[in-house]
Amino acid sequence: MATVTLENLKKSFGDTEVIHGVNMHIEDGEFVVIVGPSGCGKSTLLRMVAGLETVSAGTVKINDTPMNDTEPMDRDIAMVFQTYALYPHMSVFDNMAYSLKISRVPRAEIEARVAKAADMLELTPYLKRKPRQLSGGQRQRVAMGRAIVRKPAVFLFDEPLSNLDAKLRVQMRLEIKTLQRELGVTSLYVTHDQVEAMTLADRMIVMTAGVADQIGAPLEVYANPKTAFVAGFIGSPPTNFLDAAQFGGSPAPGTQVGIRPEHVRLTNGGASNLEARVVYAEPLGAETLVHLTTPDGSAITVRQDGALPVPEEGSSHGLHWDAEHEMRFSEAGQRI
Amino acid sequence: MVEKRGAGLWLTHVGMIIGVAFIFFPIWLAFVASTVEQQAIVRPPMPLLPGDKLVENYTRALTSGVNAPVATMLFNSAIMATGIAVGKIIISLLSAFAIVYFRFPGRQIFFWLIFVTLMLPVEVRIVPTYEVAANFGMLNSYSGLILPLIASATATFLFRQFFMTVPSELAEAARVDGARPMRFFFDILLPMSRTNIAALFVILFIFGWNQYLWPLLITTDPSMNTIVMGIKQMFPSGDDTADWPVIMATSLLAMIPPVIVVISMQRLFVRGLVDSEK
Amino acid sequence: MEKRITFKGVWLPLALIAPQIVITAVFFFYPAGQAIWQSLFIPDPFGLSMTYVGLGNFEFLLSDPFYRASFVTTAIFSTLVTVVSMGVALFLAVLADRLIKGSGTYRTLLIWPYAVAPAVAGVLWLFMFNTRVGVITWYLGQLGYDWNHVLNENEAMGLVVVASAWGRISYNFLFFLAGLQAIPRSVIEAAAIDGARFWTRFRTIVFPLLSPITFFLLVVNVVYAFFETFGVIHTITSGGPQQATTILVYKVYSDGFVGQDLGSSAAQSVILLALVALLTVIQFKFIERRVHY
Repeated sequence: MATVTLENLKKSFGDTEVIHGVNMHIEDGEFVVIVGPSGCGKSTLLRMVAGLETVSAGTVKINDTPMNDTEPMDRDIAMVFQTYALYPHMSVFDNMAYSLKISRVPRAEIEARVAKAADMLELTPYLKRKPRQLSGGQRQRVAMGRAIVRKPAVFLFDEPLSNLDAKLRVQMRLEIKTLQRELGVTSLYVTHDQVEAMTLADRMIVMTAGVADQIGAPLEVYANPKTAFVAGFIGSPPTNFLDAAQFGGSPAPGTQVGIRPEHVRLTNGGASNLEARVVYAEPLGAETLVHLTTPDGSAITVRQDGALPVPEEGSSHGLHWDAEHEMRFSEAGQRI
Repeated sequence: MVEKRGAGLWLTHVGMIIGVAFIFFPIWLAFVASTVEQQAIVRPPMPLLPGDKLVENYTRALTSGVNAPVATMLFNSAIMATGIAVGKIIISLLSAFAIVYFRFPGRQIFFWLIFVTLMLPVEVRIVPTYEVAANFGMLNSYSGLILPLIASATATFLFRQFFMTVPSELAEAARVDGARPMRFFFDILLPMSRTNIAALFVILFIFGWNQYLWPLLITTDPSMNTIVMGIKQMFPSGDDTADWPVIMATSLLAMIPPVIVVISMQRLFVRGLVDSEK
Repeated sequence: MEKRITFKGVWLPLALIAPQIVITAVFFFYPAGQAIWQSLFIPDPFGLSMTYVGLGNFEFLLSDPFYRASFVTTAIFSTLVTVVSMGVALFLAVLADRLIKGSGTYRTLLIWPYAVAPAVAGVLWLFMFNTRVGVITWYLGQLGYDWNHVLNENEAMGLVVVASAWGRISYNFLFFLAGLQAIPRSVIEAAAIDGARFWTRFRTIVFPLLSPITFFLLVVNVVYAFFETFGVIHTITSGGPQQATTILVYKVYSDGFVGQDLGSSAAQSVILLALVALLTVIQFKFIERRVHY
């Protein structure tokens, strides 16, 4: 059982700083997801915790012990890779047992631990197979199993689901979450998929361009984004951004109003904040996404109940939302 | 495929058969010559079908030969070819591992030092290399036959190429699993290179077996001759008539081991050849 | 392409690379350096002292008619060996590629002369064309042609060329066949539907697509003809008659070991070294280009 602490963690490649000082404390047993677009430095951050990348400045602590110069194997961590990194010439059993063999765990215990992990992951019938004889989902499970058998203090996941198809991804997401609850192991998980982040995380770190924009529980981040980037990245379809000037008052130049699609209603008569014309509508069954343009040419998306009538293309509607759902951001993207 | 039918197909087969015959004819003649008496050869034309002296001629070659028993030369060739193949593979695996998986001072320089040797065969630097071997007292020794021919970069180059295609994550996973570098090398990298090693072994074995100039210089004692260079030594100087049946039997014995290796490992060999020259 | 840094350590990689570096230094760089050094000296007749002559050995070589003749001989010899072995191999590969059934069998039948040492190939061909007992010599004699490569320079050259090319056909055949089989069938079928007959298809589509392999084989075969054919020449003609088959490598050997003219032999080694270096550069350029395909 362990805590992980990142203190002003920085990473540079040559003269280019790619991570600009991340601070974070992960509680024992917590599931923390790092989410951000590709190239934001999230994998690099994880690899620094793993010890696969050197730390340029700052400190990585596991259980309050600085780990900057500790080899990965001595950090008491296990990692699941995006490509799974299974040893192709070893059987499933040998893949899972490899780290235990290296640390000279007695044979009987190795067998017991692998058997238990295989049972949990429903891999028991496949223990003698080679990785190439397994399906994508099964390989993913072997990678998980390899991490589990070590009973590490910390699990590290580097986009473990991104090589699976959509359906399997949802299923494995659930399994990972259940497994982590059962084992209660502190976990750090990297993904570019905000849905994965929202569903898995106890707390999440939203990263962009090497900066942790916001750290918090998923719903808190959703309800109360600190920056325009977070507001736009978390939530689907993404937040609409409108020039604040068109709603009267005299905001600072560049100020933007963010409003989530699910908070906007189409009105026909009655109170409205804005007029807009329907460009097209996507009826998805349970809900309908309506894409409109405002008089100043901005695009805006409205998400409404699928039971409501689908608006006609070209028709004009009033848009209404409650003031409490309005989020204002400065020109620099900071929440006002 | 734009398939050929009828006459075209037959012409194609005829063309191939002529090609195969051109390849086979010299070997067939050698085989026939190794099964007849000297008399049958020195009075041309020699027969084109095998005679009945096969066992006799081969026994004579293997046990007594001309200067040294061919059995001894076969043994020397086997040691040399195996030594060269194994030696090259070992030093190449190690150095390719160092170059691909480590960053250490001088890495670039070492890299180039090895790779400039890529295409320079021993024939080019023959005289000074001979002097070096002589100074080390390596004349008429197996180490003299083997070591100088190990200095080549082809195998290193091949292993480097292969290691580059092994995903980095495997090494990282092994590192997280607690494997130190040499453990990773033996447990993961080596087993994954099995087919490459086997293919390279075939090519290097043949390379070693077929060496001519180097053994010619380095071995003056007939008991250290390799079979490929020993054949030439069997020709008498001057006008004496050569002992053709024994010489031809020796020629066939000289080609049998590498041919067996090539045929039995055809698939590996073809792959290895095409890979190593890419 | 560089791999991500994976293992730390300085002494371990140095220890791993040491065997190859030591062997390369002792048996490659030191002798190569020696060759360059010796090429600047002339030893006295008793081999007791060396006189510095600068580029004298080179000047002497380049004005030596024998050496210049050896250059020409090498050029003719390697051109012929390359053209014959590649031409026959390409022809057979094209035939084999046209067969759906049996190309594997022919490949097995054609592949194994690769394993026959050039020196052994030399002995086999020498036996067929031997002036006293050779079968072919005898049949040629019946036809009224008096074959004697021991005296006739052209016949000697022809014999070493054929013997050298013979063993090389299987190697080239393998590469050509692999190259032909890698050409997408749809391309050839499209051309056939466009009305191109076999020869037109070969000229306009197949051969251009084979050009990377052809170029590669060209370089490899020239290197082969330069060096590995030593065994063929030594067994069949020993460079004769009148040095008609003395290629550069053979001359390095005969001047250095038979003639004991170390300065000249070293200078010849240096020239060969430069030639191979040139071929290596061409080869490297080619490898780079292939990587980008």
